[in-house]
Amino acid sequence: MFKDLFRSKPKYVTVRPNRQQDFSEKKEIPDGLWVKCDKCSNILYKKDLERSFSVCPKCGFHFVLSAAKRIEQIADENSFEEMDADLETADPLGFPSYMEKLKKYQEESKMKDAVITGRAKIGGIKTVLIVIDFNFMRGSMNTVVGEKIVRAFETAVKEELPVVVISGGGGGARMQEGVLSLMQMARTCLAVEKHSQAGLLYIAVLTQATMGGVYASFASQADIILAEPGALIGFAGPRIIEQTMKQSLPEGFQTAEYVHDHGHIDHIVARPFLKDTLAHLLAWHVR
Amino acid sequence: MGNTLILEFEKPIVELEKRIEELKIFARERDLDLSDEINNLQVRCDKLKRDIYSSLNSWQRIQLVRHPQRPTALELIDLIFDDFFEMHGDRLFGEDSAMIGGIALFKGEPVTVIAPQKGRDTKENIERNFGLPHPEGYRKAIRLMKQAEKFGRPVITLVDVVGAYPGIAAEERGQGPAIAEAITVMGSLQVPTIAIITGEGGSGGALALAMGNRVLMLENAYYSVISPESASIILYKNDQHAKEAAEALKITSRDLLEMHVIDEIIPEPLGGAHKDPKQMANLVKEALDRNLSILKALSKEELVASRYERFRVLGAIAAQ
Repeated sequence: MFKDLFRSKPKYVTVRPNRQQDFSEKKEIPDGLWVKCDKCSNILYKKDLERSFSVCPKCGFHFVLSAAKRIEQIADENSFEEMDADLETADPLGFPSYMEKLKKYQEESKMKDAVITGRAKIGGIKTVLIVIDFNFMRGSMNTVVGEKIVRAFETAVKEELPVVVISGGGGGARMQEGVLSLMQMARTCLAVEKHSQAGLLYIAVLTQATMGGVYASFASQADIILAEPGALIGFAGPRIIEQTMKQSLPEGFQTAEYVHDHGHIDHIVARPFLKDTLAHLLAWHVR
Repeated sequence: MGNTLILEFEKPIVELEKRIEELKIFARERDLDLSDEINNLQVRCDKLKRDIYSSLNSWQRIQLVRHPQRPTALELIDLIFDDFFEMHGDRLFGEDSAMIGGIALFKGEPVTVIAPQKGRDTKENIERNFGLPHPEGYRKAIRLMKQAEKFGRPVITLVDVVGAYPGIAAEERGQGPAIAEAITVMGSLQVPTIAIITGEGGSGGALALAMGNRVLMLENAYYSVISPESASIILYKNDQHAKEAAEALKITSRDLLEMHVIDEIIPEPLGGAHKDPKQMANLVKEALDRNLSILKALSKEELVASRYERFRVLGAIAAQ
């Protein structure tokens, strides 16, 4: 059983009856009773999909999760206390049509920006949890995302807590905040380093998609790097690489499995096993 | 310089210079005294130069720093430092000639110098992969930074890089993690670090070498999260609006000084660094000397703490 959690190629269809929860209001799964899988195109009964952690029971495809749903799946029930919930960008460059775009995302997601941070318990262990929401401007990093991550790591240092990051940042650093988004790579890396020098544990879970400035900063600087099956992980976007090299990309390029096979990921963990895996790893590092 | 590339906005200057030359020849051939007219034109020409070069927009500055004659890192190193001894390889995978590094003397004292290196012509550019480093380039930089720390040498970086190379092998060898590690290592060094953005400051590939206690920038250089061409593609679905994107992104030295992303602008010779590389180097030397002596007075702990604070406040959002 315990060994099973660390199988390198877990089957993704496993449903654990004891972990069934009520996954109502799943905004990332379209309304209606039936859902089509993005990968295998099978028509799935929505309730089944929700029971299987939003993993396709037919092909194992991991649907993108909202930050709220993520927290629900990972944090112990009622243990999550959000931090810095009200931070909002000041649109530092006055970038054309940025605020309109941002407002739209804010209204859709009920979030101020692309990250939620807070204190949580995972398997009973107090942890600082940072979850990036890919649905919010592709989880790109701006001044708010950077600020909240830095504050979360600083809180973890002060309270001597481990940090778990669930990344998702397909957009990398957010263009609309220009060089100040770039500077968030610097700030988050240094905050991670401070946490590391305090001897504290940092686990990153790389999920669909972790690219550019997010991957090239805090997301790849963890003590333990996990990834969800099939997640796109890399520095440069696949289209840019194709254009630059003028050749087609290898099969499965930049998927979690590919990046794992090239030595950059400790373990690929299917979503139904994620909470237990995190809980065990955290338990082994309790001081 | 004979066959210097002339940029669009420089054409009025070149026209006027041509007229002055023609007038001089005419005067000599006819044995006429036209010195008043020639002087007048010369004064007008000097004023025109000052006017044009002092009011360049972002896109024009980008063209200046992409000028084929702009001094590359090796040329600048040669003019700024003495006895540069280059060291190769990351001791993990290989040697990346798009990134150079080594020990040199600055005012008689050893420092570690690291810089991405563009080629000066097509052949050199192919050899140096157009100055676009692979992970092994960043890992060489990391190795040399740690070496500098061990021996108490300041680390000076000269940054002119379009970006880290976007390629299959680069991804396979961990371009993202290599950059993240370079940011972390340079940002945590217990020796003085000074970064000088000398040309193109292209996103993460530049930031990896720009974690300075002090970040200086040549007047015409730019530093951006994304190239204006790519921004144009995202915003307008084509690269025809790079000029507007360049303005919107606020990437010039003046913009960045205002945002405290950089600490100081190093002025360039009139018309850009390539018009007078020696003068350029002297201006860099002066700034480097001044900043280095301030940093040398700090303890290891102060260097690390003040660097953390320097970056901690960038884009920080006031407590709510």
